[in-house]
Amino acid sequence: MSVEDLHRIQFALTVTFHFIFPPLSLGLGLILIIFGVKSVRTKDPKWRQLSTFWVKIYGLIFSLGIATGIVQEFEFGTNWSRYSRFVGNIFGSLLAAEGIFAFMLEGGFLGLMLFGGTRLGNRMWLFATTMVVTGATFSAFWIVMANSWMQTPQGFEIRDVGRGPQAFMTSFYDVVFTPSFIPRILHVIAASWITGSSLVLSVGAYYLLKKRHVELAKTMIRVALPVFAVFAVMQVAVFGANQATQVARDQPAKLAAMEGLYQTESCAPMFLLGWTNPDEEKTTGVHIPCLLSLLTTNSFDAPVTGLEATPRNDWPNVSVVFQVYHVMINLGMLFVLIGLTACGFWIWKRKIWNQRWLLWVLVSSVVLTEIATITGWWTAEFSRQPWIVWQVLRTEDAYSPNVTFAQVVFSIAMFVVLYIVVFIVFLRLLDRRIKEGPPPPQDSEETESLPDSFGEIFRRRSRVSSGGK
Amino acid sequence: MWLQTTWFVLYIFIISGYAILDGFDLGVGMLSPIVARNDRDRRILLNAIGPVWDGNEVWLVLGGGALFAAFPVVYASLFSGFYLAMMLVLMVLILRTVAIEFRSKRPEAWWRSLWDWIFTISSYGITILLGVALGNVILGVALDQQGNMSVDFLDLLNPYSLALALVSVLMFSLHGAIFLTQKTTGELLEKIKSLIPKLLITFFVLMTALIAWTLLRDEQFTQNFKDRPWTALFPILAFASIAASWLLVRRGAYLSALLASATMIALLLGAIASGMYPVMLRSTTNSAYDLTVQNASAANETLMVMFVFALMGMPFVLLYTAGVYFFFRGKVELDDESY
Repeated sequence: MSVEDLHRIQFALTVTFHFIFPPLSLGLGLILIIFGVKSVRTKDPKWRQLSTFWVKIYGLIFSLGIATGIVQEFEFGTNWSRYSRFVGNIFGSLLAAEGIFAFMLEGGFLGLMLFGGTRLGNRMWLFATTMVVTGATFSAFWIVMANSWMQTPQGFEIRDVGRGPQAFMTSFYDVVFTPSFIPRILHVIAASWITGSSLVLSVGAYYLLKKRHVELAKTMIRVALPVFAVFAVMQVAVFGANQATQVARDQPAKLAAMEGLYQTESCAPMFLLGWTNPDEEKTTGVHIPCLLSLLTTNSFDAPVTGLEATPRNDWPNVSVVFQVYHVMINLGMLFVLIGLTACGFWIWKRKIWNQRWLLWVLVSSVVLTEIATITGWWTAEFSRQPWIVWQVLRTEDAYSPNVTFAQVVFSIAMFVVLYIVVFIVFLRLLDRRIKEGPPPPQDSEETESLPDSFGEIFRRRSRVSSGGK
Repeated sequence: MWLQTTWFVLYIFIISGYAILDGFDLGVGMLSPIVARNDRDRRILLNAIGPVWDGNEVWLVLGGGALFAAFPVVYASLFSGFYLAMMLVLMVLILRTVAIEFRSKRPEAWWRSLWDWIFTISSYGITILLGVALGNVILGVALDQQGNMSVDFLDLLNPYSLALALVSVLMFSLHGAIFLTQKTTGELLEKIKSLIPKLLITFFVLMTALIAWTLLRDEQFTQNFKDRPWTALFPILAFASIAASWLLVRRGAYLSALLASATMIALLLGAIASGMYPVMLRSTTNSAYDLTVQNASAANETLMVMFVFALMGMPFVLLYTAGVYFFFRGKVELDDESY
């Protein structure tokens, strides 16, 4: 194993662990905004009850997202110094913009959001929540923008000013709006909303199965299920398909690896399940003829470029890419099925509340959506290899030359131990929170007395408090 | 050229923002076992920083991003060269975050005491590691022509850097203690109040010694102040701020003392920056390999885009940072949502 492999393993490990959390906070954030709007509109105390319960879980998820996110930002410098020097002009500015516009917004309002339940009225609490979720969404925009530049780089030129070749920005607009950016950000946001809503579905279904907090659990499902179902359908029909078209157009070798397509052919098949052997250049399995041609070009007989068009040493690991991609695709289709089935049982005389098998499926949905999100990112990142910046900079030319094998072994071991411990504790605390369940409804007079406009917040001399425990 | 210098100043501004804001919450972590006698005290300390520590830490993230964008070569050389130290920083940052988050989630005494210790040790860890890193940046590192270096972790722990780390520990503890006077009541407050003068005097003596050491061992540093006499205002005003915070503490004007100690932190960092400028990372092998504001910065196009972003974003950042601190002003009262 080379040092390059170790650097890649460490990055894959830390970024995968990190990305468990952001989609949950994006999606759960959306649900919290819906709760907040309902609370402002109806003044029904159950919405505040739900917000109070979910905001605590949000806080737990969010803090782990921040802690593991700092690791990512530092790792470009520590592990990928040649990459950082090469792309600093471009990639660095997008990360810094993320800091100024996104993190500061999140960090600033997070305290208000987490502590808002006993300190803010409905409207101001909703405002704080909206600010945090907007910050988180901006963050996704900037980071996907930076990552999309690595996939389809443009708006730069390469010059050597004494420290080897470096990329220099020629057009900020082109750097921001690379051809893959819009399709990818839509895909990522939709995936995050599906993942976040599946967490709410999962907890709601669990309560129904255990016959606890039944009315609140039904409300959770009533809010989360439409979000889940609508975006699951749109993900497959619009956003995912849209991205496949983009990949086919801009990165044909990547699409070919995802589908295990070696020869350029018209009427190319799409596999549902299968096995690909890059040595024999052969893919076998269950497939639908011509579907790949149709999806990527809107025509049955248009040719789809195979891997033969790419020199062999520029191929990614085709077997791995093929498998992780198909896990994602199949899960995506499963979510459509789950979403539509659940909606069907809901519309059909509200039978969903008694379908125990279906409720168990919903309980498991959050694990499945997380797996789909992660395999999706693996597909995107593995299939870009051996390039770190597509057809511009190779991964083997990007890692820090001054970091030794032993040092990376040490840091990988450190992250493995740390992340395992943190994850176990996280799951146990989450489990405990869920088992404790939502708090009793807040006294509506008390809610009324909380400051609910900027003026009230700043005029009031001391904070309102509900007393210590 | 003005853009590069502007970014250098902005960068020092961000670092100062981080040191001032996260400085007091790191200080609270370090003081916790000294001033807290029971679980309630510990919870009050934790909730004193509860709504703001996340936002404070974001300044470190911003610092990382700004360094990457504005001075990518420094970012790459520094972070990869201090590899193990950086990994340890990441470890303690994660441990500290989860300690704050996990601690009060369960009632068992062993659980809380475990995370209390992790919270305190990681607060020390972050302060010491960042202090040691800054010390080595001032001393210079063995950069080669490519801008690469590799420093053995144990070599980082030289006397000068350790001294700087010690001064940082005292500075943040002092800053944290003054901050806590705004958040605590009763016996806890009295205990903190009695600790402040001791911390202040120790810090003052050691910091003065460290400044003398820096000027004596580093000719270039001293020369830079001689060449740009106005920059001597930074250390002079820093001393004035310490004197001011001493007087304010004695008069019981703790909020003003907090502002004085915040000003002092920024001025001290300004003093270090003006002693080094235009060098950002000095090479001990050959001064031609020094990374400077000019040769290590991003291109002008990038700096300009970033500068526009900073002009657009920073006013909002300062506005809602101030707003959040105003909203959570006053003494800590524990309730259902507390840590």
